Amino acid sequence: MKKEVGIFVLLLALCAVVSIMDPRFVSAANLQNQARLIGMYGVFSIGMGVVIVTAGIDLSVGSIFALQGVLLSMMLREWHWPWPLAVAAVIGGTMALGTLHGALVTVARLQPFIVTLCGLLFYRGAARFIASDEAKGFGAEGFGMLRELATGSIAGVPMPFVALVAIAVLMWVVLHRSVYGRYLFAVGRNEDAARYSGINSRLIIASAYVVAAALAGISGILIAFYTNSISPSGHGTFYELYGIAAAVLGGCSLRGGEGSVIGIVIGTALLQVLRNLVNLLGIPSSLEFAVMGAVILAGVMVDQVLMQRRQSRLATKGPREPAGAPKRPGEC
Amino acid sequence: MPSALLEVQGITKRFPGVLALDNVSLAVGAGEVVGLIGENGAGKSTLMNILGGVIQADAGSIRLDGRAAAIRTVSDAIALGIGFIHQELNVLDNLDVAGNIFLGREPVWGGPLRLVSRREMFTRAEEFLKRLGLDIPGSTPLGQLSLAHQQMVEIAKALSQDARLIIMDEPTSALTLSETERLLVTVRDLRAQGVSIIYISHRLGEMGRCADRVVVLRDGRNAGELGRGEINHQAMVRLMVGRDLQDWYVHGSGAKAPRYFEVRGLRTRAHPACEVSFDVGRGEVLGLAGLVGAGRSEVAQAIFGVDAPLAGEVRLEGKTVRIQSARDAIRARIYLVPEDRRRAGLVTEMTVRENITMPDLWRYTVAGLVRGAKETAAAGAQCAALRVKTPSVEAKVLNLSGGNQQKVVLAKWLALEPKVLIFDEPTRGIDVGAKAEIYRLMRDLAERGVAILMISSELDEILGVSDRVAVMHEGALTGILERRECSEEAIMHLAVGQCPLRSAS
Repeated sequence: MKKEVGIFVLLLALCAVVSIMDPRFVSAANLQNQARLIGMYGVFSIGMGVVIVTAGIDLSVGSIFALQGVLLSMMLREWHWPWPLAVAAVIGGTMALGTLHGALVTVARLQPFIVTLCGLLFYRGAARFIASDEAKGFGAEGFGMLRELATGSIAGVPMPFVALVAIAVLMWVVLHRSVYGRYLFAVGRNEDAARYSGINSRLIIASAYVVAAALAGISGILIAFYTNSISPSGHGTFYELYGIAAAVLGGCSLRGGEGSVIGIVIGTALLQVLRNLVNLLGIPSSLEFAVMGAVILAGVMVDQVLMQRRQSRLATKGPREPAGAPKRPGEC
Repeated sequence: MPSALLEVQGITKRFPGVLALDNVSLAVGAGEVVGLIGENGAGKSTLMNILGGVIQADAGSIRLDGRAAAIRTVSDAIALGIGFIHQELNVLDNLDVAGNIFLGREPVWGGPLRLVSRREMFTRAEEFLKRLGLDIPGSTPLGQLSLAHQQMVEIAKALSQDARLIIMDEPTSALTLSETERLLVTVRDLRAQGVSIIYISHRLGEMGRCADRVVVLRDGRNAGELGRGEINHQAMVRLMVGRDLQDWYVHGSGAKAPRYFEVRGLRTRAHPACEVSFDVGRGEVLGLAGLVGAGRSEVAQAIFGVDAPLAGEVRLEGKTVRIQSARDAIRARIYLVPEDRRRAGLVTEMTVRENITMPDLWRYTVAGLVRGAKETAAAGAQCAALRVKTPSVEAKVLNLSGGNQQKVVLAKWLALEPKVLIFDEPTRGIDVGAKAEIYRLMRDLAERGVAILMISSELDEILGVSDRVAVMHEGALTGILERRECSEEAIMHLAVGQCPLRSAS
């Protein structure tokens, strides 16, 4: 919990600084746009976090966005499928890919990095081939209901943000209150011990990729309608890295077994505010990645220092019982 | 005592919140083997870490050859001729044997290019290994060696650094019986060559066989010393725990219902050609003895389903139980307390509560959501019943001592009323006091009707706890001994694959 508080304070501080330096930050239009972006990025970042908790990684997210965006556009505009069918097909499709990743990781025992790296390359190629390397889109009009769901707003709150709040609440319960969530953390920390406790560790790990893929599918639809034009070679590039960055900023450890939904959401917000800051403060946009890289590095380093401090403070306070120390705390 | 090589006087070391060493003294003569014993936390490791330069004392003096020695770093210790063989070996298994021995001191040629002179390195490595009675090429990849040989490589490394005093911290904890014998021979050889040794072990039997003198630490203080003629089990235990340990081993009334738990024709992946069959009675403790690598753990893992058996039948209360995964075994209330508790028994970074409730978390849920209060109550009750020493059930398991960690593994299964409990090396790395407690718990469970299968490499333990003893050799069950037939010789005979001493079935 301490970690979340820390980066939340950082987020608030950053917001305060930006709004003082450029009052446009707190304008309704800007806030709405930020909320929209945070929503879109947050949904798949939570999925990324679930995979990272199992000590895995998913590099294929950005390419999946391109592939599903191209297919969604073709389903709706070229094949004239009804939109609920298209949406179901797209999300079902990404989940199938997630299942494939999970199977390759748990049954074939391949490393998640390699499995999803191959996915990153393959799906990008597939998207470009299917679209004949031409941009696809949804046009200016049509698909009213779906477009409204993806890009509209409720009482001024953009739909992607609403979706993020709903999904975050759901995933918080799943991750932090359900048996499945506890098993995810256990498997991520020590798969052997989990297996020796009767947990079907392979199923749990594989399922994390499916959950991540489902959330990526939802995000992908939001992003496709947001950009409204999907160039198969560029759509979604680097998005998996935003997801990883958000999860890590939010307290996930790439070693697995650590992380929280709230942390990931705050991490996502922090990244978006940073990009907004680059934009608003007139920093050359070519520096955007450099700023993000620097801030993430600083954040992780500060966290490391704070953690070491806390550990040494705990040690001086005592109660961490070194095996059989002369003075023993009471029995529980 | 021969002229003193090492004299340690009045060493005090304080860690935050703990006085780890309080005015401790220790002397080692040239060519003397000093056994150092004490319960976990008695300060043995701290003292050795000070000698090895890993940490520094707050007060006290260290003299080598009568001269004050300042040991501030590990390299200081090495330069002074102190070698440290850690319990967890510090070897690189991607290098060859010679590369390990000369790591950082490789003989070089080629001037500024500093190329490694491989041939010289190999021959010199082989010389040192020969001194230890080991005839292996210096080019052997270390990863191909057994743990015992890897340890010899570490000792050779110390010798190559001109060590006059070698500290061995629990050198036999992972060795088989025959490897232990070899090590004890090596210790005696080294002594004959004039090398002094500080020998730390929980296996008290080894002390009588190699130590010239035994120094006992208790709660960070000198608790006493035993000369060559005074070294015996009773005396050592008394000094270690500060009192006589009664009921060290407890025998029970034996099986209440024979053939309660039956294993028939079990074949494991490690030894697919061997079929293992045995049975354990209700309320019985069946010891499973054998050398390390005899396939005992594999049998346990097959029964528990974590490594599903190739063939065979498991019957409980006369009914066949199909076990393909740990879930199946757990559903049948057959549980395993595994050999390596930190790898397989516990998620050490999680709390005591989370570990105890892990196998059947569903029973602590309401509407699919885990209820912390229910968990805390159940975990707390188990901790109280087993007298787990922990600040609270919210403490991370890694902060507990070995004995208490083992109790948490037990608590996990006791919460699910066991019918069969398999212990694999239940007291490995656990101190004397906690050992006695684990034995008592095991016996209590048997008295309550649990069938217990106990794998152990310590003959003392097998003889002291078991109602009957099954012995394995290279994957096959070579015999089952009734209590009255059990003796060290009888077990060893079967363990090395010879025919039983007396004509048995």
